Amino acid sequence: MTTPAPEADGPVADPGAAAARATAGILHDTLHGTARGVVVDSPPGAGKSTLVVTAARELAAAGRRLMIVAQTNAQVDDLVLRLADKDPELPVGRLHSSDGDAYDKALLDLPAVTLSAKAADLAPLPVVISTAAKWAHTQVDGAWEHAIVDEAYQMRSDALLAVAGLFERALFVGDPGQLDPFSVVGAEQWAGLSHDPSASAVATLLAHNPDLPQHRLPVSWRLPASAAPLVSAAFYPYTPFRSGTGPADRRLSYAAASDGSGPDRVLDEAAEAGWGLLELPARHAPRTDPEAVRAVALVVRRALDRGAVAVSEQSPDPVPLTAARIAVGTAHRDQAAAVRAALAGLGVTGVTVDTANRLQGREYDLTVVLHPLSGRPDATAFHLETGRLCVLASRHRHACIVVARAGIPDLLDEHPSTDPVQLGAAVKFPDGWEANHAVLAHLSEHRVPWRP
Amino acid sequence: MSLLTTLARLEAVRAGRARPLATVRHRHLTDRPLVFVPLTTAGEAGAPLGALVGTDRDAPRLLVVPQPRDRDLRWTFLADLAEEVLPYIDAYADHVEPAERTETDPVTGKKAKVATELCLDAPQIVVPSPAGIEYVRLLGRSMRFRRTAEEDPDAPYPAPARVPLLGRWFTHLAERSRMPGSALLLSATGLLSRHWATGQSSLEDQHLGALLAWIAPDPKTGGTGAEQALRAELARDAQGLLLVPPAGPATDPAFDNKLLAPAMARFDAARAADPADPAARSAAEDAVRALVASQLRPTWDAVWRSLDLVRELPPGAHTEQRWTGDRWSYTGHRDRVRAGEPPQPRRDDAVTAARKLGRRETEQVRLDAQEALDDPLVMAARRFAGEAFAGEITEVVMEWTDSKRPSPRPLLAVATEDGPQFDGPAKVYRSLDGRAQTAEHVRTEEDGTVVLRLLDKMGRGREPEPGTVPEKGDQVCWTLFEHEPRSGPRLPEPEDTPWTHGGPPAAGPEATDPVTDEDML
Repeated sequence: MTTPAPEADGPVADPGAAAARATAGILHDTLHGTARGVVVDSPPGAGKSTLVVTAARELAAAGRRLMIVAQTNAQVDDLVLRLADKDPELPVGRLHSSDGDAYDKALLDLPAVTLSAKAADLAPLPVVISTAAKWAHTQVDGAWEHAIVDEAYQMRSDALLAVAGLFERALFVGDPGQLDPFSVVGAEQWAGLSHDPSASAVATLLAHNPDLPQHRLPVSWRLPASAAPLVSAAFYPYTPFRSGTGPADRRLSYAAASDGSGPDRVLDEAAEAGWGLLELPARHAPRTDPEAVRAVALVVRRALDRGAVAVSEQSPDPVPLTAARIAVGTAHRDQAAAVRAALAGLGVTGVTVDTANRLQGREYDLTVVLHPLSGRPDATAFHLETGRLCVLASRHRHACIVVARAGIPDLLDEHPSTDPVQLGAAVKFPDGWEANHAVLAHLSEHRVPWRP
Repeated sequence: MSLLTTLARLEAVRAGRARPLATVRHRHLTDRPLVFVPLTTAGEAGAPLGALVGTDRDAPRLLVVPQPRDRDLRWTFLADLAEEVLPYIDAYADHVEPAERTETDPVTGKKAKVATELCLDAPQIVVPSPAGIEYVRLLGRSMRFRRTAEEDPDAPYPAPARVPLLGRWFTHLAERSRMPGSALLLSATGLLSRHWATGQSSLEDQHLGALLAWIAPDPKTGGTGAEQALRAELARDAQGLLLVPPAGPATDPAFDNKLLAPAMARFDAARAADPADPAARSAAEDAVRALVASQLRPTWDAVWRSLDLVRELPPGAHTEQRWTGDRWSYTGHRDRVRAGEPPQPRRDDAVTAARKLGRRETEQVRLDAQEALDDPLVMAARRFAGEAFAGEITEVVMEWTDSKRPSPRPLLAVATEDGPQFDGPAKVYRSLDGRAQTAEHVRTEEDGTVVLRLLDKMGRGREPEPGTVPEKGDQVCWTLFEHEPRSGPRLPEPEDTPWTHGGPPAAGPEATDPVTDEDML
């Protein structure tokens, strides 16, 4: 386990001061720098959205016409709400698709927010926000002076190509450790080209503009002290970050004592250590492994039944852990559907159950993860993808419980990564195989064998 | 792999014989395909050893390079190949029908219909395996930048006439074959494995002989398909040679070492003999030709047998529409060649690459939708995955919009045993006389009944046009996926490539391939 490296300008003891210094540097380059682009790498929960809102307000205050590009409608609506929360007076345009229900109805109540499906209606406003897909179909006279591209590592290069003509300069913000963009058809013929259309927008941007200033946010405010070192070492080996909170700042406890069952013991382990591995007997199973799905549902049910309460730096009093603060993460949509059905069968409602792709950017107190490799006979590139495991292992503020069948280390050893090496293509570190081993090695210290 | 494909593969293992994956043929087959079975030389990329090519299964043309390291012999081979293939490709160029194409006016940016012509049919080349398609691409790349003596009188090693042109066509066909659902250049194993599941791995499915044994085992040989497939893959004779030669383009190393290398050495010796002995040289060349033919002929027959098998299936309803796309592709390249445009560049620029990727993604989604609509077995896999559901209409309640001119928005209750996976507000589609009719998912009842609200294709009046609203008791299949996907983002012109992607690419045609030492070995 590596210790977080100090910032380049010398160590800063206080995480708040370190984060503030990074943010100041980013804003300076964005507002006063000469480069056309600024890239910010943000580990999970490092205040990326806060940075986007701050930068947007500063740019607007400086009189620069600003467009913001996010990847999904949910992200766009979330940004609009955050902007309006920080600055209710700032006129913001929400460009939406012509399908009437493409935006959150909560936006209708915001007086400074204008909604339209036509960019020309919104162009005079200081800030206009939309998805990359909508911007790609936008034609206006005169480019925006500045753009903020959010979740830029999840944006594909060809999507950036479609919108880059709309702005002069841009701030690119994203998390390099999350899921890479993908394509439903093969794109090997362009692998290694600097403008490979299936690569991430940032990869293309930096390949053509290697001198752009690059920053990173050094502190994760979401991940607890128990999680940041592991996530940093396993997924961000060359750009370490640390937790904004200390070991004593977050605490999870239960009103009811353990009944000695597997789910209860893993909940206790997770409350104590921040991690828990509930291990089912080794077995090849279908993707919607009924036993594993039931184990996931039982863990969630017991967490609610036992009256879990969370203590954190956000509030002096213990806060009850409600269903809304729990998420279940899976690799596949049919697994998510199976878990939802199992939860409904146990009478649990209100818990978020989704795939890694859809959990990106979201935050919960407790997460229960069905391990992507659990019960599989093989380890494909999809299941080994670094970003998938990283998303699943970095959504929590307090604890993360992984449910898996035994034997995953052996499975990994039988399937070393064999992706062909392409000339000119940047090799991504760490590879999924390595990251999976690192996470499993850590989880094995918090292993609880299944006992109903 | 869908659950149904897994099941079909398991059943194939148990039965020792392939199981169908489709009830219709999902690729267009022309009446007169050109079959091309190439072999390559071990140890040198893109050095052809020989080929069988032609449109008559009983009379293929055999082309052999008796000494693949001899560049002159290689050029002769490529010139002969061009002589065989180009007339076939050109045969479709002049039979046209009037058509319309949408073009964007460069000045106003407005889209307008332009009268143009579309070739009535197009060439179709079939190779044994995906490696064969890759080989076509490689041959195309090696030929298209060459210059003939006519194009460049100073070229020290001019290419025979028509060879660069063949390179451009091969490049076009190989590039088109990456378009999902296209049929200008097909592989026999690709065709077969789209329509049948075997009990072997998909890697083994690329062995044409083994794949055919699973699908249509030879009753004379005896044994199950699985046993015959194993034999096709592995069985060797007393000399250690494979009984069923590989479908290429790579040859069996045992054949290379034991038979081919000595025969080539004899050919070299006969050529070098002093004084020259034309009879001996000719005999040595014939010996190499006979050897190469012995490796090619079984594959040639296997490709034609594959075509027979696939042809037995009735064509899917949408294959004709996709073939029209292929005809456009062929016509477009014909026009570029006729206009004297330079050969396709070595690498795509940023905009071209993004356009290709976007088009292929759209086409993949369209293909998946069309195959499901054409084939109940494919639709069953989508229903299993929760992406479609079929059932009986149990109730229809007429409702209307609240506007001045109310439009019908009937509510439908669909009883289904499928488990469609709705998350959030979702739209569903059904095929109504070939067009997609949209409904929105309102709710799912406790008993699994799905309640939908029909949204369009009911005409302009207050009352829906007859036949546009399903009636109680109708069986309807709804999909959660769109039937006609939207196209990808609008991209700038290459000369407007933005700074994020390196700015506009360098203008002007690319240089020809430089002559290197390897060209003069």
